[in-house]
Amino acid sequence: MEIWSSGLTHLLTGLGLPETAAVIIALAIGAFVLANVGPVLALVLILLLRKVISRMQDRIGPNRVGPFGLLQTVADALKLLSKEDIRPANADAVAYFLAPILSVFGVILSLGVMAVAPGWIGVDLNVGVLFLTALGSIGIMSALMAGWSSNNKYALLAGFRVVAQLLSYEIPMVLAMFVPVLLVGSMRLGALSAAQSLTIFGFNTGLGWFGFLMPGAFLIYFISALAEGEQTPFDLLEAESELIAGFHIEYSGMKFAMFFLAQFLNSFFLGAIAVMLFLGGYQGPFVDQIPLLGFVYFVIKAFGVYLLTIWIKGTFPRIRVDQMMAFAWKVLVPLVLALILWQMIALKLPGATLDPVTGDVLQYGFLNYIAVFAGNLVVLGVVSNVLMNHFKREKMRTKRAFEPKSLIGVMQPSSGD
Amino acid sequence: MLTQYGFILILSIFAFALPTAAVMMGWFLGPRRPDAVKTATYESGVETIGDTWVQFRAQYYLIGLIFLIFDVEVIFLFPIALAYKHLSLFSVVSTITFVVILLLGLLLEWRKGALEWS
Repeated sequence: MEIWSSGLTHLLTGLGLPETAAVIIALAIGAFVLANVGPVLALVLILLLRKVISRMQDRIGPNRVGPFGLLQTVADALKLLSKEDIRPANADAVAYFLAPILSVFGVILSLGVMAVAPGWIGVDLNVGVLFLTALGSIGIMSALMAGWSSNNKYALLAGFRVVAQLLSYEIPMVLAMFVPVLLVGSMRLGALSAAQSLTIFGFNTGLGWFGFLMPGAFLIYFISALAEGEQTPFDLLEAESELIAGFHIEYSGMKFAMFFLAQFLNSFFLGAIAVMLFLGGYQGPFVDQIPLLGFVYFVIKAFGVYLLTIWIKGTFPRIRVDQMMAFAWKVLVPLVLALILWQMIALKLPGATLDPVTGDVLQYGFLNYIAVFAGNLVVLGVVSNVLMNHFKREKMRTKRAFEPKSLIGVMQPSSGD
Repeated sequence: MLTQYGFILILSIFAFALPTAAVMMGWFLGPRRPDAVKTATYESGVETIGDTWVQFRAQYYLIGLIFLIFDVEVIFLFPIALAYKHLSLFSVVSTITFVVILLLGLLLEWRKGALEWS
């Protein structure tokens, strides 16, 4: 039992409730609060996206409803509530109804294992990381259900693309999540966050982020998370110019709002998972003395990652579907597998402190960490090299499209302009 | 353990009830005036021709199959990661062999052209 649930149970038994009822009510209160965090958070996220993107495009963005337009998304939600819920005559009724609900179901459930502060976690499951990946698959299934059940060719096409894209990027994402798990030897998200402390002279600076030790795995996770969250440059699923709106083209009103909400929450939570696994989770200076500070650090980091995805959304062009698939299977998956192989060897190099009786590793040594870091640097170099080459080619291609025909074949890739 | 998964169960009930309630609310608050044109399939204003649920290209199926192999592999790898600090040299070598076989499998798929998206 976690701190909050045992505390709440204690409080309720103090009021004279029997033990079992107190436990159930305490858990229900916690679950209710957590489930409602999701939609409220989504309102903030959508507003933030619109505001930041507007600033990037030299616009002001929503500024009419409420102070600074803060209530704009609330107004949008109310508007969507009053819209007609159109069900296409040819649609498969059950799957059509279930798809938006399942998409929200998956993302809200992942809130349950977020370690937001020391000891403050919905439930510290011993299979936490695996649980999160399992929930990711529910999102894939709901998108396919929506695309298939709409009985619309564009929706079906987008549904197939969802499967191809999300399945392809799920592999490098899960394998990149595997890298810190291998080092820590635990799938508990609380334990993973706790392992990222860095004590210098008895003071916990909270800067032992795995992102510093494993930058290669972090980069691979981040790219895959962009694809999993259907963010630019991987937002082919709702490529407006090709597929109208993607798999939710036939959805309207509140059902559409559910997909919208799930997508925003999903990309935010993928960032939050990156924070827990690679960016130190709630770790930071003085977090051992004041646990509340951990919550502040966590929120700041999670919103920082979210702002980074918005920045990418505002500046990157969309990539082609074949480039996207090739990048996942021919670059990310082999690299992350090689990284895991290297780390397995690196962690068994001499230098670790061993238990004298059983031979178990108690503490990895300097050599192990250096080897892990070196392997990650190589992976980081290869991935960024591939990306740089891609951008160079794309830059030349766009340049050619606007140049006179006579210059074709003359131009060379340049780095200056 | 029971309270842990009990919490997940209760949370999943709420996580299911919340969107259901929202959709239901939209159903009650919004107007309901369906007609033949409105409920027709929307394909950019063009009348839909033929059946939607037809045979689709096999490439998606191939990707699904490759994904399945790797997903099962991940399920195998995670328990190994948890026990990695206790593993003997023999188990480490067998784990590495396992990953190498998968890497070779990926290379074979690459060579056979299963990863090409044309």
